Amino acid sequence: MQNFSVSLRTIRFHLLVIAGLMAATTSKLWADERSIREIIAAAVAAPAPADQKSLVLSLKSKPSPEAVIWFEKWKEGEIFLHSDAAGETTPVLLSGTPGADGSFATVRMSDGAPLLGPDGSAVRINPKQVDFADTDSGLRRAMKEVADLAALADPDTAKRVRAIQDSAIGQKQEKLPALLLLKDIEKDPIALRALDESISIIRLRSAEAAERVAACTRLGELNSLAAHATIKTILAEAEAANDKETIAAATRAIAAIDRHISRVNAIGTAFRGLSLGSVLLVVAIGLAITFGLMGIINMAHGELIAVGAYTTYIIQNVFATGLKLSPFGMSLSIPGMNLSASVMDLYFVVALPASFLAAALVGLLLERSVIQFLYRRPLESLLATWGISLVLQQLFRLIFGANNVQVSSPTWLSGNWTVNDVVFGWNRVFVIGFAVLIIVITWLVLNKTSLGLLIRAVMQNRSMAACMGVRTERVNMMTFSFGCGLAGLAGAFLSQIGNVGPSLGQNYIVDAFMTVVVGGVGNIMGTVISALGIGIADQSLQQYLGNPVIGKILVLATIILFLQWRPSGLFVTRSRSLD
Amino acid sequence: MTKSPITGRINVSFLIAAAFFLVVVMPALNAFGMIEDFTLNLWGKYLCYGIMAISIDLLWGYTGLLSLGQALFFTLGGYMMGMHLMLMIGKLGQYKSELPDFLVFLGHTQLPAFWQPFYSFPFAVAMVILVPAVIAYIFGYLAFRSRIKGVYFSILTQALTYGAALLFFRNELLLGGNNGFTDFRTILGSDLRIAATQRWLYIATALLLVAVVVVCKWLTHSRFGLIQRAIRDSENRVLFSGYATANYKLFIFVVSAIIAALAGALFVPQVGIINPSEMTTEKSLEAVVWVALGGRGTLVGPVVGAISVNALKSWASRAYPDLWPLILGGAFVLVVIFMPKGMVGIPNQIQTILARIARKKQIEPPLSRPQPTTPTDS
Repeated sequence: MQNFSVSLRTIRFHLLVIAGLMAATTSKLWADERSIREIIAAAVAAPAPADQKSLVLSLKSKPSPEAVIWFEKWKEGEIFLHSDAAGETTPVLLSGTPGADGSFATVRMSDGAPLLGPDGSAVRINPKQVDFADTDSGLRRAMKEVADLAALADPDTAKRVRAIQDSAIGQKQEKLPALLLLKDIEKDPIALRALDESISIIRLRSAEAAERVAACTRLGELNSLAAHATIKTILAEAEAANDKETIAAATRAIAAIDRHISRVNAIGTAFRGLSLGSVLLVVAIGLAITFGLMGIINMAHGELIAVGAYTTYIIQNVFATGLKLSPFGMSLSIPGMNLSASVMDLYFVVALPASFLAAALVGLLLERSVIQFLYRRPLESLLATWGISLVLQQLFRLIFGANNVQVSSPTWLSGNWTVNDVVFGWNRVFVIGFAVLIIVITWLVLNKTSLGLLIRAVMQNRSMAACMGVRTERVNMMTFSFGCGLAGLAGAFLSQIGNVGPSLGQNYIVDAFMTVVVGGVGNIMGTVISALGIGIADQSLQQYLGNPVIGKILVLATIILFLQWRPSGLFVTRSRSLD
Repeated sequence: MTKSPITGRINVSFLIAAAFFLVVVMPALNAFGMIEDFTLNLWGKYLCYGIMAISIDLLWGYTGLLSLGQALFFTLGGYMMGMHLMLMIGKLGQYKSELPDFLVFLGHTQLPAFWQPFYSFPFAVAMVILVPAVIAYIFGYLAFRSRIKGVYFSILTQALTYGAALLFFRNELLLGGNNGFTDFRTILGSDLRIAATQRWLYIATALLLVAVVVVCKWLTHSRFGLIQRAIRDSENRVLFSGYATANYKLFIFVVSAIIAALAGALFVPQVGIINPSEMTTEKSLEAVVWVALGGRGTLVGPVVGAISVNALKSWASRAYPDLWPLILGGAFVLVVIFMPKGMVGIPNQIQTILARIARKKQIEPPLSRPQPTTPTDS
């Protein structure tokens, strides 16, 4: 980036020279010292269309975004033509608010000063009675030419690259000189690649056969996705004309690009699978503890996820303008801190621990009130927790309304990162990073803390642990609540990538259970591998079949068949006890 | 668990009285205008749910397999019957076409081949039984062969139902997609919208219920039933005694799928609509709730549970629509914790409590901590 900003001025300067050279041939007004708005004002006022056009084209020597803004105003009819008594026409802009008769104060377009009449009073015009400056198609084409050139000099790399790519559309040979000159001074590697690509695409239509072949070869080397369709057209034409060399070059190029496409798709699919797997993992990791380690079929797990998501929603609103809720007909309003947008983005940092704590607290309540009676009755824990999930869902509906609530994700999540045509969305990268974080936290808690030691001891042999003086009841409580807290974290996380509503958890519960079952109960590592496996399988099938639902059904069928082969999942906890 | 002969005899005469009431008295009262058509129709629906509840109890209460897939079999039965009823609409539909409306809407001009045989009522009935039976057989074979049991079985059946629901929501399946089947006109030539047809459908449902209860009573009291319960209590011992438990489980799984499907087939003409939302796992779980509330391990319990929960639902979801899920969920949690034997188990529980109090009075003063009021066996 640093490099680029230094080179910017040079680029502009060079462009000025190039464009100036081109403009000199079309306009006698080269070496015009007037400012851009003055030139455009003169163009607006010029009586003959040809003069208007040549004045506009003269701006090719000063390609700048400012001209584009003025062109827009012109095209939108925001420039009005005021004729005074002497018959002289002045382009003006409206300013201020309309008066009682619908007239506006005016400013001169050329310098922005208020337009004064012969008597020194401000001229007011009524837009309904005065003509606005019109444009015809020739003029608009001229404006487009200038605007395209301005875009090529845009200081923003992304915009410049888009302009470079757009310049290849239509394969107009006359665009070539500007691109070639730009190539000499461009420093940014992405823009350079785009230039190379655009130049080659334009050269596919070159009059010389050798140049066409070279362009084909170059595009093949560049693995240019943009050129794929164009080269196919060229190939068809070459076949019709029996141009052997071009046919060979184009065929090679298409083969290379096809290989590249399948590579890109494979990597993209793997990446999407990895991120879907991470979502599954984050959702299932809490379950791997409550179900896997403790044997509680917590059907309310999904609702604990929703608790986390709603906590995030509340925190977000506290950071912003506050929140009004109306649970059970009461009205409850939470004041907001009205923080600025840049601080707002930090709300998530607060929301993470908050949602963990909120869900852990709900989990604690659940454990004390219901689940502690059901440790020996797993099937019944399924039913009781389902009842709880119904209750919680309805509570969400009563408190937050039946519709989805809006949780905005921080702005930095919306971008993406393109490497070699594979798009890595920041939100997906975030998903994967988050999953890694949660796994590391869980692993640390289970393996490096005294709580973890107690958890493992109680889960492996409850009575022996009790004999050694471990307070198993309390460990149960803590473990369950930890698992629920992880569900809350998952909720904070899901609120960033999807909708938050009362049935948020329901969408994930089946998948989460499948993930834990496939991974092998009682093994965190198994859950990790199965989540990633299911995620990648799901995305690959989707990509291959082009149908998300059939893909999903096939994954479910595969899981059932997989359990034929390994009935207790990937990783079996070895035990001598029956059942 | 041994029943006293007195309660046994009461049970039998009670059952006969109840059957007589449901099959003869209710329709007769309706014919004479003492019971509204709407009420009878509602009861027809409840009884269908009752039959489905029995099918769940056969698996859960008697064999220890908590299936969350019964709603799938119920809905499959409903769909098979629905296909026949759709074809019976004939040209009376919206588009005045021989084809079912949704097929016309999807741009079909010809009836898909697999729809063709459903013009025949006997074929449709055969499919009501066969399709769920085959699916249950395949899934059960795979599940029981690899000795998937307990909660894994529940989770897998849940996944099966979930997958099937996703499939049925698709239009490509040519089974009506989201909207499913509705707007039925006739069944076996009689107009579905007149009271007499609905009354006959009700009688058929009540008869099916009685038949299912009798067959299940016989089944569970036979030697097969004994093994079934043995599997529930300790599958390994049964296995070690030389019984192929997988086959027993597979048989009962298929039987209960057929029972659920028959209930579904009678449900559809009475309710007049069938769509994939009936197939979701929530519906299965709701049906499990009926069984748990009514009392599992008995044949009356599920029916009582299904009728009372649904009657409560009809009332509460009108009177307190916002609170209904809270009531259902809350009641469920309480029942699971405090009434593991359900409603039909209450007399027994009271007896136990009374006996305990009586015992305590003998051994004064009570030294032990107060015992929990629930037996904690599973």
